[in-house]
Parts: sequence; C-alpha cells; structure tokens
Amino acid sequence: MRIRELLFVGAAFCALVQPASAKTIAVSPGEGAQERLQEALIAAEPGDVVELAAGRFKLSDGLSLDVNKVTVKGQGGSITILDFSGQQGAGEGLLVTSDDVVLRDFAVENSKGDGIKSKGADRIVYHKLRVEWTGGPLATNGAYGIYPVESKDVLIDSVFVRGASDAGIYVGQSRNIVVRHSTAVENVAGIEIENSFDADVHDNIATRNTGGVLVFDLPNLPQMGGHNVRIFDNIIVNNMTPNFAPKGNIVANVPTGTGVMVMANRRVEIFDNVIGENGTTNIMIVGYRFPFQDHKYDPLPREVSIWDNQHSRAGWDPKFRGGTEIAAAMGGSFPAIFWDGAGGSEYTPVIQDDVPALSLGLKDVAADTAMAQPAPMARATSRPAGLPTIVLPEAMEAAVR
Amino acid sequence: MRFVVPFVLAFAAAVATSAASDDPAVIAIAGPQSPATLSAFGFFDGGAARPSGRLIPYELRTPLFSDYAAKQRFIYVPEGTQIGADADGKLIFPIGSALIKSFGYPAKSGGLNVIETRVLLHQAQGWVALPYVWRADGKDADLRVGGTRVPVTFAHGGNDLSVNYSVPNKNQCKQCHSAAGNIMPIGPVWQNMAFPRPADARTIVKAVPALARLQPYPKWDDSRTGSLDDRARQYLKVNCGHCHAPQGSASNSGLFLDGSATGAAALGVGKRPVAAGRASGDLDFIIAPGQPDQSILIKRMESTDPGIAMPELGRSTVHEEGVELLRQWIAAMPSNTH
Repeated sequence: MRIRELLFVGAAFCALVQPASAKTIAVSPGEGAQERLQEALIAAEPGDVVELAAGRFKLSDGLSLDVNKVTVKGQGGSITILDFSGQQGAGEGLLVTSDDVVLRDFAVENSKGDGIKSKGADRIVYHKLRVEWTGGPLATNGAYGIYPVESKDVLIDSVFVRGASDAGIYVGQSRNIVVRHSTAVENVAGIEIENSFDADVHDNIATRNTGGVLVFDLPNLPQMGGHNVRIFDNIIVNNMTPNFAPKGNIVANVPTGTGVMVMANRRVEIFDNVIGENGTTNIMIVGYRFPFQDHKYDPLPREVSIWDNQHSRAGWDPKFRGGTEIAAAMGGSFPAIFWDGAGGSEYTPVIQDDVPALSLGLKDVAADTAMAQPAPMARATSRPAGLPTIVLPEAMEAAVR
Repeated sequence: MRFVVPFVLAFAAAVATSAASDDPAVIAIAGPQSPATLSAFGFFDGGAARPSGRLIPYELRTPLFSDYAAKQRFIYVPEGTQIGADADGKLIFPIGSALIKSFGYPAKSGGLNVIETRVLLHQAQGWVALPYVWRADGKDADLRVGGTRVPVTFAHGGNDLSVNYSVPNKNQCKQCHSAAGNIMPIGPVWQNMAFPRPADARTIVKAVPALARLQPYPKWDDSRTGSLDDRARQYLKVNCGHCHAPQGSASNSGLFLDGSATGAAALGVGKRPVAAGRASGDLDFIIAPGQPDQSILIKRMESTDPGIAMPELGRSTVHEEGVELLRQWIAAMPSNTH
C-alpha cells in the first residue's frame, strides 16, 4: 500500500510539473467561427499556440482567453482579421484574463466596446497587432484599442491602433510597462498611461489624435499614485483631430492639439522626442481639476523633467478657456510647453528644452484657466538623475525577437 | 508537494465513494474530464422538467436578471455529506457538490421551454463551471464550452419580446463567477434563499443553527420586505456585485456594488467614469443624486448596445422593472450628497 501510494504520488507529481507537449490548434474563418474559435481558446493548454488562418473571422460575440502561457497568432495584421462589426454582446472584442499570454499578427476590427482588453494578465505581450475602427474617428467607436489593466509586466510592441473614442493604447493600474515601436492614429488619446507605475514609452508615432501621449492619475481607483514614466524617442506630431470623446470621459477634457499631457503624476521624464504641429501646445503639465473625495489621492503633478526634445510649431490655436487671450498677449501663439502652476514653486517642472515655456500661475489646481497669471519659466540649468530603463522578463523579449 | 496532496486525496475520495455508491454524479462531478452530456450526472430523469429526487430545489428572493428567463435552481450534495454555512450566511458546499441552474421561457403549451442548464461543480481543486444546451427533443443536453446564441420569443407585459438569448461560454461563466481569479458560486446566501420543500431548509438549519437568526434579505420587487434603499442595494448586489467587487472582474473600475462600498464614490454617487468610453453618454457621473436621467448607471442599464450595456453578459433586453426601481432610488437621493 505504501509503495503504491508513493508510486501514485510520483506519477501525479510528474504529470503536474511536466507541461503536456505543446500543440498548435488551427482555426480558420468561415461558418461557426465564433464557437470554433472560442472553443479553441478554451481547449488550449499552457504552451499551446492557437493559430488563426488568414481571412476574415465574422464574430457575433466577444472572445475570451483564460489559460496561462497561450500564444494566439495570426498570419499578419492585414490578413487575419477578427471582425466584430456583428458583435451582440460582451464589453470588448477579445478579453484575456490569464498570465504569460502572447497575442500577435492579427487584427481586431470594429468591436462595440474595447478592442483587446487584458485584466490581471501578467507578462502579456501584444505584438504586431492592428486594432481599428475602420470608419475613423467617431464618438460611436469603442473606448480603448489595446487595454491592459491591473497587470504586472506589459509589453506592447509594433501595434497599430486607429479610431478609439478614448485611448488607442491604454495601460491602466499596471506596473512595469513598455510601449514601443507602435503607431496611434486618429484616437482621442494616442497612448495613455494611467494610474500606473514604471513605464517606458518610446519609439512610437502618435499623430492625428486629439492628444498624442497622456500620463494621467485619477482618484477613486484601487491603484493610484502613478509615477516613474519615461516618454522618449517618440514622434508626436499633428495631433489635431477634434476631440470626439463623449463628454464625461476624462479625455473629453483633453484640448484638441495636445502633444504630451501629464496630469497628476510623479516623476515623469519627457526627452529626445520630436514634438510639433500641435495647435494647443506640445507639452502640458497640469493637476486634476475636478472635485474629489479621496484623501489618498494627490491631484498635483510633481518631479516632471523635460529635455532635449525637438519642437516644431505649436500653440497657434489653444483649445482651453483663456488660451486664446494668453496667446494674443504673447504675440499670437501659445508656448510649446506649459504648466498650470498649481502647488507653487516646489512643483515646478524641470525644463531644459530650448523653447518658450509658461506657467499659468493658477493659485490652485481647480482655478479657472481664464484667471491665469501667466509667467515665463526659466530654463533649468540641471536636472535630477534619470529613471532606470524598464526591464521585462527575458521570455517576453524573446517572444518578439 | 502542495499541489500533489489534494490531487491524491481527491483520487482516494473518488475511489472510495464510487465504490460505495451507484450515483453517477459522483464520478461526473469529480472530473477531470467534463462530461459531454448532462445526462452523465443523473441530475434529470430524461428531461429538464424531471429533476432527480436527490436534488434540492431553491429559489432566490432577489435573482439576477437574465433576459426575463425563468430559472430553476437545484443543489446536489453527495450522499452522507452536509451543507454548511459561514457566519455571513454564505452556504458552504462539500467537495463533490453541484449547483444546477436551468434557464428557459414559458412554453405556449404551458410548462417551461428550457434552453440550457449550467452546472457549477465543486471539485477537489476548486469549482468548475460548465454550460449544457438542451437538444430539440428535450431529452438530454450537450456541453457547449464555446457558448451559443438561441433566438427566443416570449410574452412579456402583453407583448411578444424577441431576444437572441446568450448561452455563456465557459470563460464567461468565470467572468461573473470569479473572485480573485477563482471560480465561486455567487447566489447561495441563506438570507437570499427560499426552499420550496420546508424539510430542506430544516436540514440546513439543523446543521447550522445560527442561520435561523439571520434576517432575510429584501425582495427587490416587494416593498413590504424592505425600504427603497434596501431593495435597490440588494438589486445592485445581485445584478452587479459579482463583477463590481474588490476581487471581481470589474475591480479596476473602483465602483463596488457588492455591499462593500464604504464611501459615496465607491457606490457611484458623484463618481466620474473611468473606462466607460462612449457608455458615459455625455454624462458626468455614475450616479447623479436626485437625477436618474443624468446617471450613467441608468443609461447603461437602459441600453442593449454591447459597447454600453451593463451587465455586459447575459442581457440583450432591458429589465424595465429593475430600471424603474433604481430610477426611484436615485430620484430619492438628496442632490447635495456629493
């Protein structure tokens, strides 16, 4: 009996520690695609690849994946298309709730809500994906294109997102994040890092959005105190699409023509970017202006550093209250960088770019911008030591090599 | 080793009990294979209308709205085991138990036209949720892990309503039934339950006498059972609280409707939307006190557009009566509470 028990324990142990040999589950478009694809995503075991053939999958409902270590792979973002224009239910096109998942080489089109959402999905990789609302910027489009939330270790690499009525690429309440080599076009916010810790956003293109890159922190959420975000080596130009977010959303307050907007975050670095042709301003640093009851929340931005960005034209059409008057007083154009001035001198951003920068001199974070007491900001002579580079687990980097 | 021990125990338990019982449910529930047909469990005797005598039927005082579907709920516990409960009235089911719920619509010929039966199985490693869809002849139901949609027309309020009824896929079962990533039963809390066979209730109280002292929760649609505030909160708890909970699928929203909210904002009062997108519908607050028409919560309950509608799953028609309750609740809030 003892021996039999031991044998059994041994066998069970082996079965548990050795993953079943990885397999590929192939799924093609056509009749019954919804149920066939969903069943494949359920049947997959850790290590498996769910391989989507080329073509258009006409889906009637949201899809979801809840198995760890699964790769969902198409044949390319222009030829493997998950088409959600006939979607009848679920808040997103594809939902991932498991760890160590790789999504690559396919497209999600016209989902009714968000495009791809991953929640509590650690070490997720989004690679060579296209998420698009093909009608372009419309208030009836879904909110977020690529939407990881409450996750640790997030890699978004070489994706294309167009038409989100909130943010094209949105990372919320997460930590250790890299967004790179991606393109965000005609969204309200191109790329948004919100209530998150430790993010590198680099080598991306954000153009023809309302705002190019946003770094926000909001109250009344489980994770607050967003900090340590670096925005570098990006091209953030011509973000002049009129704001099409439904009012009530926080991004509905982003002025059309914003390059980079930092709101209520701590330790944000903006450097080596090309930023220009943004009609309100190239870089904006502001507090959270709305009333809130959350004693754990800090509405003021602090420790923001800006250097070595290459600016072109900005500020010819500032879209916020009092902006036109300030621009007129400054000779017709609003400066390329501004700070709301709330909180006083200890909150002053460190600015080393060779362009005019302005403090609005607001007496507090909620003060009307029409009551601004604008004052030019001096160029800083030094800046604090930089934040470290974000390092992701090697397996995540290997997945995109 | 901590993975191995429960596995071995489960195996030993399955062997021990299966040897002692001819009840097919014991093996079907234990897993790890998911039975392809519902009949493998022996819960029904050749049709949804004929539940086995081994099942304990129960009802909920405030149920989850699912497109006006009628539901038949049952508990199965293995022979010789006993239902328990914690101090909050949440029932505790022994390993080997199952919760069984059939969904259907009244047939023109009378009776219930049952579409699907969902089972929650309490295996040694945790709970597993599986959806079974009844065949056209009504004699058995097949496992459909990928879910499906079934067009249904039924009478409601003097009119015929047509919905594309959604059988959830296995993952969607978990979306609602998850707490911190694990599958859990949602409904069976003593204060919200009713047992049509009094002896069943007596058996449970006999095992957990403290239950007899718990006050029943209000029925959402019966003003004699609770105040407007109590009934509205109970409705939200049952219909929204499984996701809108600190450990639930909507934890990131910061909107907690499971009864855990300690401040107004966490309940939605004066709270601005976070990731609602177009679902905000140009409104500023989840709940604008005194102003149901200005409240995103009402707007989302009144929508059937998948990008807007709440709950996200299992609802393709509007629960008019539920909306009316919450409209009254919000209208009654003093408008200066935030």
